[in-house]
Amino acid sequence: MTMELCDQTAARLAALLRKGEIRSRDIVESVFRRIGEREESIHAYISTAYDAAMKQAEKADSALLKGNPASVLAGIPTAVKDNLCTRQMRTTCGSRILENYVPPYDATAVKRIMEGGAVMTGKTNMDEFGMGSSTETSFFGPTRNPWNPEFVPGGSSGGSAAAVAAGEAIVALGTDTGGSIRLPSAYCGVVGIKPTYGRVSRYGLISYASSLDQVGAIGKSVEDCAMVLSLTCGHDPRDTTSAPVKMDLVLESLRKGIKGLRIGLPVEYFVEGLDPRVKDKILGAASLLEQNGARVKEVSLPHAGHAISAYYLIATAEASSNLARYDGVKYGFRAEEVRDTLQMYELTRSMGFGREVKRRIMLGTYALSAGYYDAYYLKAQEARALIRRDFDNAFEQVDGLIAPVSPGLPFRLGEKMDDPLQMYLVDVYTVSVNLAGLPAMSIPCGMVDGLPAGMQIIGRPFDEETVLRVGHAYEQLKNGMME
Amino acid sequence: MDYEVIICFETHVEFKTETKLFCDCAVRYDAPPNSRICPVCTGQPGSLPVLNRKAVEHAVRAGLALHCTANPLSRFARKNYFYPDLPKGYQISQYERPFCENGYLEIQGDDGRPYEVGIRRIHLEEDAGKLVHSTSSLGSSDFSLVDYNRAGVPLLEIVCDHERNPLRSIQEARSYLEKLRQTLRYVGVSDCTIEKGQFRCDVNVSLRPRSSRTFGRRTEIKNMTSFRFIADALEYEIRRQSELLRTGEEIAQETRLFDEQRKITVPMRSKEDAPDYRYFPDPDLVEVELDEDFIGKIRDSLPELPDQKVVRLTEEYGIPREDILILTREREISDFFLACAPLCRDRVRLSRWIIRDLFKLLNESRRSISDCPLRPGDFAELINLLEAGKITDAMGRSILKEMFHKECELSQLLNKEAAGPIRDADTLLRMVDEVAAQNPEAIAKISSGILEPVNFLVGQVMRKTRGKADPKKVRDLIQQKLGLSHDGS
Repeated sequence: MTMELCDQTAARLAALLRKGEIRSRDIVESVFRRIGEREESIHAYISTAYDAAMKQAEKADSALLKGNPASVLAGIPTAVKDNLCTRQMRTTCGSRILENYVPPYDATAVKRIMEGGAVMTGKTNMDEFGMGSSTETSFFGPTRNPWNPEFVPGGSSGGSAAAVAAGEAIVALGTDTGGSIRLPSAYCGVVGIKPTYGRVSRYGLISYASSLDQVGAIGKSVEDCAMVLSLTCGHDPRDTTSAPVKMDLVLESLRKGIKGLRIGLPVEYFVEGLDPRVKDKILGAASLLEQNGARVKEVSLPHAGHAISAYYLIATAEASSNLARYDGVKYGFRAEEVRDTLQMYELTRSMGFGREVKRRIMLGTYALSAGYYDAYYLKAQEARALIRRDFDNAFEQVDGLIAPVSPGLPFRLGEKMDDPLQMYLVDVYTVSVNLAGLPAMSIPCGMVDGLPAGMQIIGRPFDEETVLRVGHAYEQLKNGMME
Repeated sequence: MDYEVIICFETHVEFKTETKLFCDCAVRYDAPPNSRICPVCTGQPGSLPVLNRKAVEHAVRAGLALHCTANPLSRFARKNYFYPDLPKGYQISQYERPFCENGYLEIQGDDGRPYEVGIRRIHLEEDAGKLVHSTSSLGSSDFSLVDYNRAGVPLLEIVCDHERNPLRSIQEARSYLEKLRQTLRYVGVSDCTIEKGQFRCDVNVSLRPRSSRTFGRRTEIKNMTSFRFIADALEYEIRRQSELLRTGEEIAQETRLFDEQRKITVPMRSKEDAPDYRYFPDPDLVEVELDEDFIGKIRDSLPELPDQKVVRLTEEYGIPREDILILTREREISDFFLACAPLCRDRVRLSRWIIRDLFKLLNESRRSISDCPLRPGDFAELINLLEAGKITDAMGRSILKEMFHKECELSQLLNKEAAGPIRDADTLLRMVDEVAAQNPEAIAKISSGILEPVNFLVGQVMRKTRGKADPKKVRDLIQQKLGLSHDGS
């Protein structure tokens, strides 16, 4: 059976493009053909841009023809999450309040991949402002899991993960505040990496929680993610929280192997509540790595239990302030027929935001209020410091950690929508990583009942290389086993 | 009962920076509406602030001039509230860890002694945009427009310390504001032009019995647009509070607005209605570390401050203190004086000529000292000519005037004027005779014992000489001619 171009990895397509065997336009056609076939049932995109994509593909093709492609990503159809600003396309954040908002500038991450010759297929669906774990809170309707449309794709970057999984894009940009790249990657059976906080500029990433948000990549392979990351990473003078740390990501370093690498299994992550079938897959993966030269041992992250509460206080506190700008004055949705300014604010925000966003704004406003600040926001910051220290201690003993991405498999649409707490617990294994600002990846580790299970690989700050190395090695071993 | 007044200012000063606090938009007030804006200062989704280094330098510079400690680690905080001129729904300001803390400003206290007014903190924040209403207010307008040119312009907030040497009277309040403005202008962080909104004040006032250590309830007054109005507002508010205390009524802790027309303060909102700004550290901005090197460089670059200058000039030049105070009022004036002084033999004469004659010319032509066209060298030379008696005061004044208006050099004028006073007694006598012949009534009056026209005759002769005679000499000649003695009796 011959594989469609849209089902191939970016690395393979890039090689074919360089050999002149295919053209970028062929890949774009293939991707849009797939979009035509599957988008109606999956709904990965909020906006698609066929014409613009074809123009970019032509440009990439002529550069390739001259033997002068702008980067490894030249000519590769790339989807962009709809919370990353794009000058030529509306950027909605999955919200009614930005339904028709066209930013006056490009996000740095977008600018960098476009300068690298990538082809933008469109803007992908997401939980409104990134607030959700299932892509069901989008104003534009939910995205469905390509493996089974009755199940959620995970969130909030559900559109990006589903697009890559379905061949509606080759790679995608996502963002991760509490697991928003890793969870949908796990649920959709693709690879997703959230880099270290500060590794990729947040300029143009519409803020949910500024101290946790990070732009990352989703692809069909570890190498694909690394290709995207190699373009987006690096200091940006427009984002003072972006680190002035150089990253010379040499794709070759992925292949260094794992001999002698010390890998930790946090005991607190393998407890009751974790689906035993998922647990088996991850422990199986760990022993596969061990058989091939890694040294696997148990480690402890004693404050892991505080992560969810700390996360939902800090993230909502920051969100309550970050989302204050949507007031109907300058851009976006504005309620009409209002008595006065106050009513304009009230109606604009009541009608413009969805239920989950309003819930989090209320939570965060409360956490920052006089008389509660110390007990909630400050306490959460203390917990955050302890969680970070747990990781520091663990990384004195090991080079990387292996953990579940989520306690269970993808769930059905609507299953958790009326129970926010259950929805929040889906992120129990991912939020700590954001609180500590670490790089982490989600990588498929097998199927359970026809649905993908994911494994999380966590590294030291700014050590994406080890995360990618472990991921790549596992990918090779797993594929070898399957052959 | 005798009450002590406690006055504390919160002063907002608009900085002299090229660009805004968190983006590179130009700071320009005369630009067309919304022409100096970008994604950052209009709060576009996804945009992020980047701190303007120059603004930090200015904040530290102001802080050091006010004897504050510069914090090695500062951070910005968000002040959350909704208003249409506030693009992000929060203002980036500072809460914990401002740039500078614990300073003072020395003024002359009411007892005539130096008084170090406590300054609690100095912090940086961004200004908001400007609303243009279709009627007089947001509430009554069908629509309002927003101009974001001002949004993001750096503001310095200087807060008095109510516990450490607070201001105790309207006179001290006035001295404080004048001294503060003078100091900030000296160090070059702002022009502090009140009419342009570059220097804005809110003031807290409370009263307590002189014997008491605890503070009385305070009110905060906003919306005062001049020093005059601040004094008016304080006067009204102190009267209002003491009246309430006298009759045993409660003073409400509240914010009040000053009504310029009626010169009274009116309630704006009570303490209970005070907004909860939900301050928290801004996660978009990293903490600012100021190392000793950075602070040291700013300290070294500070100009001599007004107080130091007064002491030095008094000691070095022996000029009366009142004159020194005037000469040091503005840094540019003292700069001019100091540029001339080494070239002059008579510094007292120099200072008199600056204060009396140069200021007159500047006032008449509505120019400030900084665009005074005179070269210090020429001005000094003029003073030297006067001192040597080579020209008269009247000649000096006319030369100065011409030099000022024609913006030319002294040497050009001196050549043209064929300088030097008319000393030749014969020439002068001839002129006295002419004047006497032309003014028989004056002569008749003087002969009858009314001496007043003598001055008139002197003036007429001086006019004939185009000011080039010594008026004392002319008077002597007239008196001789009319047979009067020197003291005019």
